Amino acid sequence: MTYTSKEHIISSLKKGVRLDGRKPYEFRPVSIVTGTISTAEGSAVVRCGDTEVIAGVKMAIGKPYPDRPNSGTLSVNAELLPISNPAFESGPPSTVSIELARVIDRGVRESKTIDESALCVTPGEAVWMVNVDLCPLNTDGNLIDVGALAAIAALKNTRFPKYEGGQVDYKTKTDKQLPVGIIPIPVTIVKVGDVILVDPTADEFEVADARLTVTTEEDGTICSLQKGGEAPLSLDEVGQMIDLATAQAKELRAILVKAL
Amino acid sequence: MSSDLKYEKRHDGRDWLETRPIEAKAGVIKKADGSGYFKIGKTEAYAAVYGPREMHPKFLQNPKGGVLRCNYNMMPFSGAGERVRPGPSRRSKEISMVTDKSLVPVVNLDDFPNAVVDVYIELPQTDAGSRCAGICAAAIALADAGIQMKDMVAAISVGKVGDKLMVDLDYEEEAWGEHSGLVADIPVAMVPSTGEITLLQMDGKITKEDLLKAIEQARPVFEKIAEVQRQAIKDKFARWARGEE
Amino acid sequence: MKESKLLAKDKDIVTPGETIAEGMDFFPGIGTYRYEDRILANQTGLLHVEGKVLKTTPLAGRYLPAKNDVVIGRVSDILMSGWRIDINSPYSSVLPLKDATFDFIKKGADLTEYFSLEDYVVCKITQVTSQNLIDVSMKGPGLRKLRGGQFILVNAAKVPRIIGRQGSMVSMVKKGTGCQIAVGQNGIVWISGEPTSEIIAVEAVRKIEREAHVSGLTDNMKKFLEERTGTKLDLEQIKREAEAESAAAEQPRFQSRPPREESFQEDK
Repeated sequence: MTYTSKEHIISSLKKGVRLDGRKPYEFRPVSIVTGTISTAEGSAVVRCGDTEVIAGVKMAIGKPYPDRPNSGTLSVNAELLPISNPAFESGPPSTVSIELARVIDRGVRESKTIDESALCVTPGEAVWMVNVDLCPLNTDGNLIDVGALAAIAALKNTRFPKYEGGQVDYKTKTDKQLPVGIIPIPVTIVKVGDVILVDPTADEFEVADARLTVTTEEDGTICSLQKGGEAPLSLDEVGQMIDLATAQAKELRAILVKAL
Repeated sequence: MSSDLKYEKRHDGRDWLETRPIEAKAGVIKKADGSGYFKIGKTEAYAAVYGPREMHPKFLQNPKGGVLRCNYNMMPFSGAGERVRPGPSRRSKEISMVTDKSLVPVVNLDDFPNAVVDVYIELPQTDAGSRCAGICAAAIALADAGIQMKDMVAAISVGKVGDKLMVDLDYEEEAWGEHSGLVADIPVAMVPSTGEITLLQMDGKITKEDLLKAIEQARPVFEKIAEVQRQAIKDKFARWARGEE
Repeated sequence: MKESKLLAKDKDIVTPGETIAEGMDFFPGIGTYRYEDRILANQTGLLHVEGKVLKTTPLAGRYLPAKNDVVIGRVSDILMSGWRIDINSPYSSVLPLKDATFDFIKKGADLTEYFSLEDYVVCKITQVTSQNLIDVSMKGPGLRKLRGGQFILVNAAKVPRIIGRQGSMVSMVKKGTGCQIAVGQNGIVWISGEPTSEIIAVEAVRKIEREAHVSGLTDNMKKFLEERTGTKLDLEQIKREAEAESAAAEQPRFQSRPPREESFQEDK
């Protein structure tokens, strides 16, 4: 529950000031730490302002889909844990958490971040199934961007567990890393009134009329899009948002590369 | 029970009454009314308190006073083996319930009829003793939230491996001589000032004499844990006084 | 008999179950209790040693409504004969028609003409039952609808410190930033001014909230505001003005229950 009205956020934005003092295109400081969780095959904690997400990777051996006998699987899941926010409740995943997971999942999948054929153990019989779980500990907006950074950092941090005689030995990690190729970076741009912002706080996210998450690869190729919010966007606005997202993604990519 | 199986020395070199390294913090969850963090060895627990707040669903309201409602959850990647499926399991529901019962005796919510105090416990990684770590984190969070409590609640497992009584068994010790009946793992929560026991469970086998002795000799350990919990709260205020997060 | 001994100092932070004193010479006050021959804390708080009495000021906790408190609330529902007001506590309150305005409200009138959903009001608690059913009133000096501005939540236990002695702390922030500020006893703070000034005012209130237990806070805040705004503040003048303001009863008297307000002060 927020106590600050949309009108006030907008009236302040019209004067070029966000309630936390940032400029419209300013990201909060981002920090990335990897390998914090010993029980996961890979892990990362990403902080951005008062948003903090833990990502953990678990791997298991499973049977491939019949139509893709040589491919392992990768999936991203997210849960809005009630520990992080008084508004979140225990129970089945909300549409917000499903969207969060799916947007990140699509970015990772479409950019072919992981070569799924490299996850094959025995064609048609056994493949690695990689699960990335995102758990926000603190939430103050922009969960998609922060969650994605955490997911990518955790994948980069992952080491295969030992697999022998049909058994996974989770206690023994090998040196083998996941084949992480292209790194997709989503950046969410919101429109509040007629002002455009990056890295929205929870309040800004809540009052936003429209938002667009643009996931780009290193060369600027767009690999996933998600428009949210009730207001429509003009093609010009979409173009402007893509430019902003691409520029911001460069900075985030630099922070990510430095942390790995 | 064969008595010639001897556990001579702890595999990690600890003394019999020595816990794994402990780290505790308060004020780690920004939006919560109070929060705590408790790490023991590689077991890590976060807890957040929300409330007293309005109780939903309404039929659970208690007109005589506030209700404490604990929720224990393992993050999907927190188990030593396969991924833990998200959502409540029989195990997590039972642990939530015993956590609740372990904290209720110290908490006073008389001023808050019909309200609820929600305690959410999350474990990012576990290596034995996760329910005890959860209880320790939750007690820090409740104290941090300004809830009236006559004391902390400190929790740790006591037990027997082979012929030795000890505290804070880790996974390797729990697994030592598995199925041989030579290991007893007994999570205990205690109100340190009175010595009252608020959580008592056991896996394994033990004699009454050994059980009582194991708990009695661990009394100073509970007091030490409570000190760490209290210091966590003081550290938060010291941090704030220095203008830090 | 064992000699009595104090194990903590005045202004120390004490935590639940902590032994504050041993022996029978000391007496428990608010926030402490006797167990056998010891005095223990039963809430996280700031210790006050008053002769032989040991009591604490809480440093955290949800707002528990009390009669005559002036609070800031939000209209969350419109009822048959009044409004439901959310007052940031486990219990919502009701503003009955008769206490909403000095105007005569005709039967069947559209109540949203007076207060509509999401409106914010400064109101006063007139009644609290044993089960915490709460009535509030808008009839009284300074009770009003708040327009514009932003609302931040602070821990209700810190409100006395944010207000300060006879309103001196909040007056200093107002003076320093040029913002209008209202502090509800329930931990909702309203801040309205130029956007950049509001940011400083919010930071200032957050700083007071976090450092409420620190000695010398008034001076620290003076320094903070002067650094951030670049204007000098005259503490004596602010104090005089705050006193005059709180004496003139047409202003809302955002005063806390006396023992709590006094207990935070380090510089009496």
